[in-house]
Amino acid sequence: MVIGVLALQGDFAEHKQKLAECGAECFEIRQLKDLERKFDGLILPGGESTVIGKLLREIDLFEPLKKKITDGLPVLATCAGMILLAKNIENDNTVHFGTMDITVKRNAFGRQLGSFHTSSEMKYIGEVPMTFIRAPYITECSGAEILAETDGKIVASKQGNQIALAFHPELDECIKIYEYFLSLCSDD
Amino acid sequence: MENNRYKLNKELAQMLKGGVIMDVTTPEQAKIAEAAGACAVMALERIPADIRAAGGVSRMSDPKMIKGIMDAVSIPVMAKCRIGHFAEAQILQAIEIDYIDESEVLSPADDVYHINKRNFDVPFVCGAKDLGEALRRISEGASMIRTKGEPGTGDIVQAVRHMRMMNSEIRRLQSMDEDELYNAAKVLQVPFDLVQYVHENGRIPVVNFAAGGVATPADAALMMQLGAEGVFVGSGIFKSGNPEKRASAIVKAVTNYSDAKMIAELSEDLGEAMVGINENEISLLMAERGK
Repeated sequence: MVIGVLALQGDFAEHKQKLAECGAECFEIRQLKDLERKFDGLILPGGESTVIGKLLREIDLFEPLKKKITDGLPVLATCAGMILLAKNIENDNTVHFGTMDITVKRNAFGRQLGSFHTSSEMKYIGEVPMTFIRAPYITECSGAEILAETDGKIVASKQGNQIALAFHPELDECIKIYEYFLSLCSDD
Repeated sequence: MENNRYKLNKELAQMLKGGVIMDVTTPEQAKIAEAAGACAVMALERIPADIRAAGGVSRMSDPKMIKGIMDAVSIPVMAKCRIGHFAEAQILQAIEIDYIDESEVLSPADDVYHINKRNFDVPFVCGAKDLGEALRRISEGASMIRTKGEPGTGDIVQAVRHMRMMNSEIRRLQSMDEDELYNAAKVLQVPFDLVQYVHENGRIPVVNFAAGGVATPADAALMMQLGAEGVFVGSGIFKSGNPEKRASAIVKAVTNYSDAKMIAELSEDLGEAMVGINENEISLLMAERGK
């Protein structure tokens, strides 16, 4: 199994490390020619969604990746990645891939002083640690399934093969979320 | 809810990796920087080139001006305080800044002690020109390191020197026998546990950016290939002929830093680069502040 990790900006190296721990092969996607390689799943990492969204378009990765996602390629999107998948962004007019029927709010827990660590129950997976860094949350989850909430806020959801998380599993030791994601990638 | 602020603060720096942090002096510049793909902005009243030209004492910026920039953009906002000036840092924390740069660009407020950064909840980034400085700042509580370079010059030579120095010192520690590490800690004047971390991991325990003198996409690519995890660009953008285009080109050069063909295209028609001054033409070496 091979996983492509979007590596335009952000903490993609941490995701690669986690995939390696799970025994999955992975490679970085930085430009169009990287998509020539066949892959079974995609990771959209944490970082700044404004930066990643802009680079996706300017480096011509946007349309080909969007097509792969709508065609059913499994995606694990964390924090900025979740913003890329959302159909609506409450405090921003931009829509990126817009392939998940969720509305998200950017920096919803506030600035860096509002960043926090917790743990919570996640559907299909069980209790997982959750690290929120200037994180968004989901304010409306019309067409997607809610996987986890913390403090009454939706922080994880799933629609088809797309998983969107407001937190960063790549920063914690637990690999349960990756194992679950990889099981989706091997189904196809 | 358990909350380890230091860990969370190091993690914010991890989110900035592969990105460009740009100096801005107004909300308008901040918006230009954000639109050009900056992963964070550094809010300051005067960019280093102008600080250098103006001379005199250079201090923390007006909090009102910083707040104006925080309101203008959605990306993290950093601001500088003077080395050792913990009261300025307290003010920046009070306005909920995302990152404080305890910076040699401003006039040092304390010529012996840096800020005890462990007393703060907000994160700090500090400059370093060698591994000893980097690890001392980390032991004081810095959650991100950048090379000092020579700010406001547009001259990359010092940033290169600092990054190469850190790399070579890291490699030296890696190759040491465990028995030798105690003496290495003594020579570097840093805590043993940090020396041990570098020995085992081949890197410092926090994110390391390049800063000071980056003016072109090629400069950014050079620093990334030397191992920087991202780049600060100060005077290089808004002192150049076409800030939007140059900023955007540097952002792309950082993402695809090893693709020379792409960087060649990015380097075309950028207009005038900042004029720059050579390190031997300046009388004030900011990098010598705060060791």
